[in-house]
Amino acid sequence: MIIDLLTYLLRFVLLLLIQLLVVNNIELNTYINPYIYPLFVLTLPVNTKPWQVVCISFVIGMAMDTFSSTPGLHMAATTFMGYLRIYFLRFAATKEDFESRISPTLSKKGPAWFLFYAFVLLFFHHLLLFYFEVYGFSEFFRTFFRVFLSTIFSVLLIGLGQILFYRVANKTNG
Amino acid sequence: MRNLIFFLYKYYTFILFFFLEVMSLVILYRYNNYQRASFLNYTGGMASKFYESVNSASNYLSLRRINDSLMYENARLRAQQLNAYYQNGFTLSSIVDTVYKQQYQYISANIVNNSINKRNNYITIDKGRLHGIETDMGVIGSNGVVGIVTSVSDHYATIRSALNSNTKISAMVKKNGAFGSLEWNGDNPRVSSLLHVNKHVPVEIGDEIVTNNYSTLFPVGIPIGTIKEKSLEAEDNFYTLDVALFTDFNTLKTVYVIRNILKDEQKNLENNLKGDH
Repeated sequence: MIIDLLTYLLRFVLLLLIQLLVVNNIELNTYINPYIYPLFVLTLPVNTKPWQVVCISFVIGMAMDTFSSTPGLHMAATTFMGYLRIYFLRFAATKEDFESRISPTLSKKGPAWFLFYAFVLLFFHHLLLFYFEVYGFSEFFRTFFRVFLSTIFSVLLIGLGQILFYRVANKTNG
Repeated sequence: MRNLIFFLYKYYTFILFFFLEVMSLVILYRYNNYQRASFLNYTGGMASKFYESVNSASNYLSLRRINDSLMYENARLRAQQLNAYYQNGFTLSSIVDTVYKQQYQYISANIVNNSINKRNNYITIDKGRLHGIETDMGVIGSNGVVGIVTSVSDHYATIRSALNSNTKISAMVKKNGAFGSLEWNGDNPRVSSLLHVNKHVPVEIGDEIVTNNYSTLFPVGIPIGTIKEKSLEAEDNFYTLDVALFTDFNTLKTVYVIRNILKDEQKNLENNLKGDH
């Protein structure tokens, strides 16, 4: 239990560091701003209690806001995404998933399922994030284009990360 | 009964979600609508300290570039010094100068965090309230305008960079004074737009854009960029000028914060004027 908690804490810190120090510095152009930190919320075990998911989403959003001096922005987007996750899993996860308490990762649920799951949730996360950042609909289509491209890029990064890290983890577990 | 409990259970999550979401939105709203609310004060500069330590490592790799830009700036400043000019007059006045009174002071600072590809970009610098920095001060780099100070803690300050939808800088065409408002449309970090320039003033591609003195943030004539393209606005009365910025936000490492000593005087006077109506 304590080990689990420490693992999650470590993953939380690691994801934030990767986001802040690596991904935030990928400066391709103004339309591609990937965010990978929501992966923490995405890969929480399927049977995590809904209120825990919402609270954790809120906290990781708050941490991001603190480090990017954008009060409320990431909090609002991530909390919404966390809430959405509950409903997504209610429809898309099987009864066995809930019983075996797996984490919805690429290796556990298969690439197609996982990428679709990541795309849908990240799309809504980015949608809120980018429109709140502009703070209005004055640049509607330009912002939408930005949401779309960034989502694709985020999913790509997350997918790659899953392939690299979780493969290794699976092998060591036998 | 079981259904009721299940219903309440679901409802409970929703209440929690609703509460947290509304809280986030209120924070977001407050920050967007009251620019003076200083976010740095709440976080105690924790994030800035983090970025500073990261930056001290990465700065080492770009020392050469920093040096080059400082050398270039030194050379330019040396050329402006009095002893760089041939003395054409007969005498030098030795009286106490009452004609020129200093209006602007410059505080140098290092950038500890910066972004260029977001819609709203912010810069964090390693000088703050203790060094005389206040909110709403103009910031320039060695090549030109950088942005405006938004919030200040004791040792750090955040700057709303010119690459931000909320930054509006009053600027003019250098050769004839046609003025407009410099705003960034979020497309390209090397290009900004000068909006609402009167159509009847002749402007050419390649003309230099500088700050004017309508705001109290910048001295007159701080370079901004050159005109890259011009297009008519919807009502056909104004030009929108695409400006290629002199400041390369991507490689920016050092900036100067401008302290306008006469700012309060000007503001007070203008506020009195408003009271008249």
